Amino acid sequence: MNTYLSKRNRALLSELVRTDFKLRYQGSALGYAWSVLKPLLMFVILYVVFVYFLRIGKDVEHFPVYLLLGIVMWNFFTEMTIQSLSSILNRGDLIRKIKIPRWTIVFSSSISAVINLALSLVVVGIFMIINGVELTPYALLFPLNIFMLYILALGVSYFLAAAFVKFRDLNYIWDVVLQAGFYVTPIIYPITMVPSVTIQQVLLLNPIAMAIQDARFNLVTQTTVTTESLLSFAWTIIPIVITIGIFILGITYFKSQSSSFAENI
Amino acid sequence: MSEHKDIAISVKGINKSFKLPHERQNSLKSRLINFHKRSYNIQHALQDISFEIEKGEFFGIVGRNGSGKSTLLKLLAGIYTQDSGTIEVDGKLTPFIELGVGFNPELSGRDNVYLNGALLGFNRTEMNEMYSDIVEFAELDKFMDQKLKNYSSGMQVRLAFSIAIRASTDILVLDEVLAVGDEAFQRKCYDYFNKLKEEKKTVVLVSHDMSAVRRFCTRVAVVDRSEVKFIGDTDAAADIYRNLNLESTEDASKKTNKRRSLKTQNVSEGCKILGLRTIDEKSRKEKALFAPNEKLIIETSLKVAKDIEEVKLSISFNNPGGVALTALNKVIDEKSAGGSIAGKTIKIEWVVDGVFNDGKYLVTASASNVESGRDYSRSINGTEFNIVGWKDTDFILHTDYEVKIITD
Repeated sequence: MNTYLSKRNRALLSELVRTDFKLRYQGSALGYAWSVLKPLLMFVILYVVFVYFLRIGKDVEHFPVYLLLGIVMWNFFTEMTIQSLSSILNRGDLIRKIKIPRWTIVFSSSISAVINLALSLVVVGIFMIINGVELTPYALLFPLNIFMLYILALGVSYFLAAAFVKFRDLNYIWDVVLQAGFYVTPIIYPITMVPSVTIQQVLLLNPIAMAIQDARFNLVTQTTVTTESLLSFAWTIIPIVITIGIFILGITYFKSQSSSFAENI
Repeated sequence: MSEHKDIAISVKGINKSFKLPHERQNSLKSRLINFHKRSYNIQHALQDISFEIEKGEFFGIVGRNGSGKSTLLKLLAGIYTQDSGTIEVDGKLTPFIELGVGFNPELSGRDNVYLNGALLGFNRTEMNEMYSDIVEFAELDKFMDQKLKNYSSGMQVRLAFSIAIRASTDILVLDEVLAVGDEAFQRKCYDYFNKLKEEKKTVVLVSHDMSAVRRFCTRVAVVDRSEVKFIGDTDAAADIYRNLNLESTEDASKKTNKRRSLKTQNVSEGCKILGLRTIDEKSRKEKALFAPNEKLIIETSLKVAKDIEEVKLSISFNNPGGVALTALNKVIDEKSAGGSIAGKTIKIEWVVDGVFNDGKYLVTASASNVESGRDYSRSINGTEFNIVGWKDTDFILHTDYEVKIITD
């Protein structure tokens, strides 16, 4: 662990993240504000569509915040995995010409995503205050939900980044998977709208769904359904095992491939 | 223990090969369809390479294009991973395969310095200490807050080079590309190399150009066809490397000659030029490389039609620039051939004094009607040969001459 986070690697990571941020909103008038504006605008669209047109979520307490939190967390997952997927290939010039620990490249894009998430969570916080959401001690558990989502996203990111070097169709496939994931996960609809309880239970075994529902429970409203409340505490083991499994698989695959990145890019 | 202390880089028995797929299969679909049909060419880039570089040594690695020297460089730099064998490095190694790696045109000069520094392994505090030196050396004080894309290419190189100079560590691995640029920049590079030498840094210089290596390196490894052909002092290495280059020059010429020989133009009935080549005096085999003063032997073969009794054959020499240098003519008839030539295949050998200076020369042959001067057949630039080895290579010709000095 010491060698992983050596002074040199930390300096490299901070420089990569810094560059990433400087380049991200290069030339745009509003600059960093977009990090906040993007989830906000998407929220406005979804809110209008689902609350006014489709009239979903009437029976959910603080539905606007509930919806926003789900979108923010899902965006974090998609943004991080999409950025990471092409991160190794995009840094091909570095990998072929200089010796840097390859894992830092994916890790730095994950940090960028975390920073963006933090900015988005500020927006969530503001809406919580506006909506008069009362914080409970459960809020202390919220970082754990984010942590679980991060670990999952990191495992997926490492796997995708390494695999993309060899399989160049992966970005298209991943786009489709994410599209499907957006609807499979109870983000824009309350899970209780799904007609069959069995299907609800299956959907909640998805680690992302569990993280989002738990986060909503901890932060917004204790009336929401979670994996624990719909199944049982013991069942929460499954999403956790999936998360850890994907994390280990991703890291292992990345490690096994990383020595040949320079030749394959 | 004490013996081990002086070794900076120890390379033991490394092998490296690349799998080159016959057809690139980068998409999942082709992977799935051709799953069982995947075929590779294994290219052995390096085979059983071993050597040691001592601390404070200026070590050269020379080799022609495709010899494996760049692969070796990337292995030393830790960019590639060897298939087998070990590379031990004692100290902090910085590779410079290219200047300004990671430079981003959208970032300011200042940001690029810090980014480049971080990629080379320096943290912000270390870079802060170096920063003013770098800017001063690059003479870009006023431009540091401008985006790199607004720099001229010369300014970019200057900035990259200044970082490289400051960011030097115990062991440096330098690629030849460092010394590209105008003369002033090259001189700056060479000054830098000299400075490194004075400072007793361990330097590995990889190049295909012997002159730079000759100037700085104390010991040289010659890499050819994936193997280390020689390790030792610079002069001996230079000789070996020169011979390798000569071989390849001759091989290349022979190859083009083969293609050229098919291009004979038969303009009118009467005579056909069947062959045109330069040959070795003793072995009579094709030869495309001649030493200074060595006699050139040019062999032409001709198929004469049944109704033709005389033909004029001409040979002319051009340099690759298209300058016609000299021409030789001969009328071939019953008298000069010692018998009727009608319907026969004849060989004509021309022996020419070795007056040509170093370089490549093209030979054109033509057979024509003696009276009308009309060509029967011609082979334009039908063959080429090389001359290598003259000391004074400023002019095209080396003329034989005598000097008489007359005093009253």
